[in-house]
Parts: sequence; structure tokens; C-alpha cells
Amino acid sequence: MVETSFYFKGIKELPREELFVQGHRACSGCGEAISVRILMKAIGPNCIVINPTGCLEVVSSPYPYTSWAVPWYHVAFENGGAVASGVEAALKALIRKGRLENKKIHVVVIAGDGGTADIGFQSLSGALERGHDLLYVCLDNEAYMNTGIQRSSSTPYGAWTTTSAVGKVSFGKPQWKKNMPAIVASHGIPYVATANPAYPLDLANKAKKAVEIEGSAYLHILTPCVPGWRIQSNLSMKVARLAVQTGIFPLYEIEDGEFRLTVEVAERKHVREYLKLQSRFAHLTEEEIEKIQKRVDKESEEIGLGPRVES
Amino acid sequence: MAKRIAIECAHAASLAAKLANVDVIAAYPITPQTHIVEKLSEYVANGELDAEYINVESEHSAMSACIGASAVGARCFTATAGQGLALMHEMLFIAAGNRLPIVMTVANRCLSPNLSIWGDQSDIMASRDCGWIMFFAENAQEIFDLVLQAFKIAEDERVLLPVAINFDGFYVTHVIESLEALDQEEVNKFLPPRKIPPHALHPDHPTTWGPIGLPDIQTELKKQHDEALRNSKNVIKEVWKEFGDLFGRYYEALELYRMEDAEIAILLMGGSCGTARVAVDKLREKNEKVGLIKLRLFRPFPSEELFEATKNVKVLAVIDKSISIGGVGGPLFTEVRAAFYDLEVRPKIIGFIAGLGGRDVKVEDFVNVAEKSKKVLAGEKIEKDFMFLQVRE
Repeated sequence: MVETSFYFKGIKELPREELFVQGHRACSGCGEAISVRILMKAIGPNCIVINPTGCLEVVSSPYPYTSWAVPWYHVAFENGGAVASGVEAALKALIRKGRLENKKIHVVVIAGDGGTADIGFQSLSGALERGHDLLYVCLDNEAYMNTGIQRSSSTPYGAWTTTSAVGKVSFGKPQWKKNMPAIVASHGIPYVATANPAYPLDLANKAKKAVEIEGSAYLHILTPCVPGWRIQSNLSMKVARLAVQTGIFPLYEIEDGEFRLTVEVAERKHVREYLKLQSRFAHLTEEEIEKIQKRVDKESEEIGLGPRVES
Repeated sequence: MAKRIAIECAHAASLAAKLANVDVIAAYPITPQTHIVEKLSEYVANGELDAEYINVESEHSAMSACIGASAVGARCFTATAGQGLALMHEMLFIAAGNRLPIVMTVANRCLSPNLSIWGDQSDIMASRDCGWIMFFAENAQEIFDLVLQAFKIAEDERVLLPVAINFDGFYVTHVIESLEALDQEEVNKFLPPRKIPPHALHPDHPTTWGPIGLPDIQTELKKQHDEALRNSKNVIKEVWKEFGDLFGRYYEALELYRMEDAEIAILLMGGSCGTARVAVDKLREKNEKVGLIKLRLFRPFPSEELFEATKNVKVLAVIDKSISIGGVGGPLFTEVRAAFYDLEVRPKIIGFIAGLGGRDVKVEDFVNVAEKSKKVLAGEKIEKDFMFLQVRE
């Protein structure tokens, strides 16, 4: 496996300075907290972060405490794209009119999957269509975890949540996961990528590249949720890694329309390896698991991942 | 030098925003506001105004973009109406609670259903508790002056609150009127560019905005907001004085018309005040002691000024261009009544609902109001303390 290394050649090259600092209230093993720590190191201090409502906002800002060493603004749930548009426009206008010093300030939205794929979808699409110079990061923990594990359009097929309950006549969420990176890519923005905290160097390099690129960039990070996925906290990075190794969550980037896998998977593991560590899938029958496997096989072939090998 | 021009009232708002040299405009079309943002687009396209013009995809995003831009320190302007204001409802509270000096014009429009693009004040009345300073304008001159004053008031560090300037859709927005326009030099003297506040979003001085507030802090926060809005009245008065001294047009929270010896006062807001004045003149010709109180400042609510203006009034007739469905009366009526409740001597206060969904409020309607008020004055019973005018039964 080859990780992307445009900027940082090794994990030790990441700055030591913490911009998302200790003391936040995230669960141990939280995929979001780990991702954001790496993300902020890669982006650096010259930024303004817009954080729509969600776990990250709640765990990092209980007044009067803050985990943010950079300017940070939470406005509401559904408008990360629009607030960031305003921030970017203001910086442009004030710099052009000589009221702010002329230096590049990265505008970064860090939203959850609900704030991105559901309630914030329109606002995001508007910002991308207008082409504001910003980075939009979706932390995808595949449900509304902050309100207590309700399904979103980003929840995967078959997953249990409190609003896709498992019962006598239901096996969890009956729909497939919305493919947000593909939808975002269809806006024709210069940079779209997926990332995963189990591949920190890949994540850091993509984040750095995304903020350096002129125009809109989108980074979709899969972030395991210990209570929501019903996993052990010490296994969250293992689960994250298995999402890539099984082909369920491939790591790629789309730069100016060119698709490229950034983490090759020569031999894909069976999706069962990924699903069995998570109690949200515990109810799935062999039949359902095979249905998922078939879909992953098809998608993996389309993007050039290696063949599946039985374990 | 100021010069007199003919201008569509909607464009008076655009011209004022241009002269205020706004930095960021968020624009989304909605009738009857659209002419305001169309004209601003022309100004930007012609290089007459150096601003970022964001074509947002909804009014919710219009206010959200203004919130983001204002937090960075930009002077921001937007305009909306009716459903658009309803859609940005949630963001109105955040703009105010985060103490962002955004200025917005609202071309007041009826709320659906039925779909009605026509004027009434039900849009802003549904958002009256959002913590903004709110003015009601009657004509092009007032719109122009209030927009300029609004930036000065909003951005004053003793205030830091957003301001909404309301005026009736169509009856005001689409009318061409005479305007004494100020030139750029005059405006610059009154309104320099916005100073970027020390707490603005910038990596040189990181700040955390909009955190989660637990129950141990929210009450204090809301109280501070309430105090800030109440205290803004002093600054509003200061700015009105300064504006008057510079340009000769003095403004007050209330504008009184033939109120000297009035026993009956008609109280209302917005464009129908002109019609009401004609009615008052007619009634005065018949020696009826009727006067008009135009409410220009709605938030903070000018209770003291209203008490003073109605010291000798026996019947106060409040006209609402909106309805509080199932409530005790129109929103303005209810508020006025509540404000007077503790006074030992107070006028009898009656309410009328008129002009919903763009129905014209005519001279006869105000005469009708005066007739009903006279009955009350004579101690006669009327059917209800608040009633609909112009309704087919």
C-alpha cells in the first residue's frame, strides 16, 4: 500500500503544534477527534473553521471552554456552506479594499454527515456551485450520533440505528448509503478526496493539498463512532482500516476530474471482517452480508481495487 | 451636495446600501424585494460599488452568509420579504445573539397560504422577538435615511445588533417618489467604513464563537441581549440627532400628526400612514379631534414615547397589518395594550386588522376606525375590542 505523500513524507513531519487541543469531551476512540487533530496539524494555524452543529461542536466548545486554538465559529446545523461563503467573501472584500492585511487565510468547514448529506446539503451545493475558495470536510460517522444514533442518508445499508430499528419485519436501514463524494464531484470542483484516520499520512496530505488548491475542495472522512457503531473503543482504528481493506470505503482523490486511488488494495478482505466487529450489523443474515459484498465487489471493480480473497 | 431625484422606493434602499459602501451583499430574489438586489447587482457590475455579491441559493443562506461575513468584520447587507423572512427566521436570532451589525431591508409581504406576494406585515411580526432593531419606513426618503442610519447604529460598539428596515411590499417598494439623495462625500462624513472589531474572526487573534451554552449560562446571555436591545435606543437617538444636524432631517421614534388636542389617536406603522393623514385631515375638517401616531421604531419598543404622546388621548385605535391567529388581537395591538396596562390613567385601546394580503387600506377605512373610536369615546359598546376592517362576512 502506498500512501499519498505530496507534503508530508512521514507522520513525524506533521507539526508538533496542536490546534485542536486536549480537554475536549469526545469519547475515547472517537474517529472524529483523531481525524480533526491530524486535519488541523495539516491545515495549520492560518485558517478560520466553521463547525456546523454536531458531535464535534458539542464536545469541543462547552462554554466557557474551547479546544480550538484557531478562530472557530459554530452558527447552526444546516448552513456550513453558506456561512463559509460569507466568511470567504468578507476576507476577499476586506483584503481588496485594504482593510485587512493581504495574506491567505484558509476557510474550512468541518461538518458531520447529517450536516453535509442531509440538512446542510443545499447550503453545501450552493457554495460549491459558486466556487468559493474553501475546504469542506465531512466527518462521516454514518448517523446522527450527537442526538443519539439516528439514521442519516449516509448510514450504510443494513445498519441498526435508533430510527432504523431492527425488528421482526426490519433488518435495519433498508436503503444504501448516499454517495456524497460522487455528488460533490459532479459539481466540477477542483478537488474531492476521501480519507480515513487509520491512514493519517494520506489524510494529512489530502487536507494540505485541499486547502492549498484555489477554489472549492471537499474531503470526506470516515470516522468510526464507538457508541454508534457499537464497537470497542480500542478497535476504532482497526475498524477504520478494515473499511479500506474490504473496499467498503476506498481512499481516492479526484483532482480536476481525474480519479486516482491513493491507497491501493491488492487483495480485498471479505466485508464480513468489517461488519462483524460492529454490533450495529450484528443482526445481519448471511444473505444480507452477501448482498453487501456483491455491491462492494461491483463498486471495487469499477474503480480498480484488487480482487477479493477469502479469509 | 444633496440633490433631489425621482426614484423607485426599492431603489432608494439599494442606493443607500451603495453609498454605505457595503463590503458583502447576499442576494436571493423574492417579490416584492427583488428590485433592491437587482439594482445592487447593477452597481457591482458597473464597478460603482466594490462589494462581494453572493448569489445565495436561499434566504436561509442569505442570512447565513451575512452572519459569516459580518463575523469577519465586513459591512453586510441583504433584503427579503414574506416567505423569505420566514425561511431565515432561525438565522435572525443567531445574527442578533452573536451581535452582528447586519442591515436588512424587508419588503413586508403576507405569509402563505394562499400564496400571496402582496403586502402586509405578517412576515416581520412573526419574527418580532428575534432581537433585531426594527424600523418601519413609509417612503423613499425614510428608507434611504434609515438604511444609512442603520449601519451607524448597528456598528456602534455600544449596540452591535442587526437592524431591519421594514416597508410595505408594492404600496411602497414599487412606487416612484421624490428623494433628496446625499452624495458620497456627505455619506462618508456621516458613515465611515466599518471598523473591524477586535473579536472578529481572524487567525491573528483566535476566538471561539457560538459555543454550546449549558443551562448555567443561557439566562444571562439572553438578559444581556435584551439589555443591549433596550439600551440601543440611546444610540438611535444620538444617531438621529447627528444625522439631523448634518442633513436637516430629524427623526424620532414616533411621528405625530395633528395630535395637539386629539382625543382619538390612530396608531400604525408603514406605508398606510399617508392615507391615514388624508383621513385625519378630512375628519379635522369636521372638527373631529383625531390625530395620527406613526410608529417608526418598533424594536426597542418606545413605550415611554408612546405614553407621552397619548397623555391626553381618550381612545387609541391600533391598526395591525397582520394577525395573531387565535391570539388576543393583532400583535401591535396586543403589545400596545400590555405596555399601557400598568398606567393608572390610560386611553381605551381598541384594535383593527386591515390590509391583509395586499388589500388596499383606504381613507374610508380610517374614517370607519374613527367612527368606531367615537362610539367608544361616547361610552357605547362596540362588538369587540379588536375587529377586522374590510372583511366580507
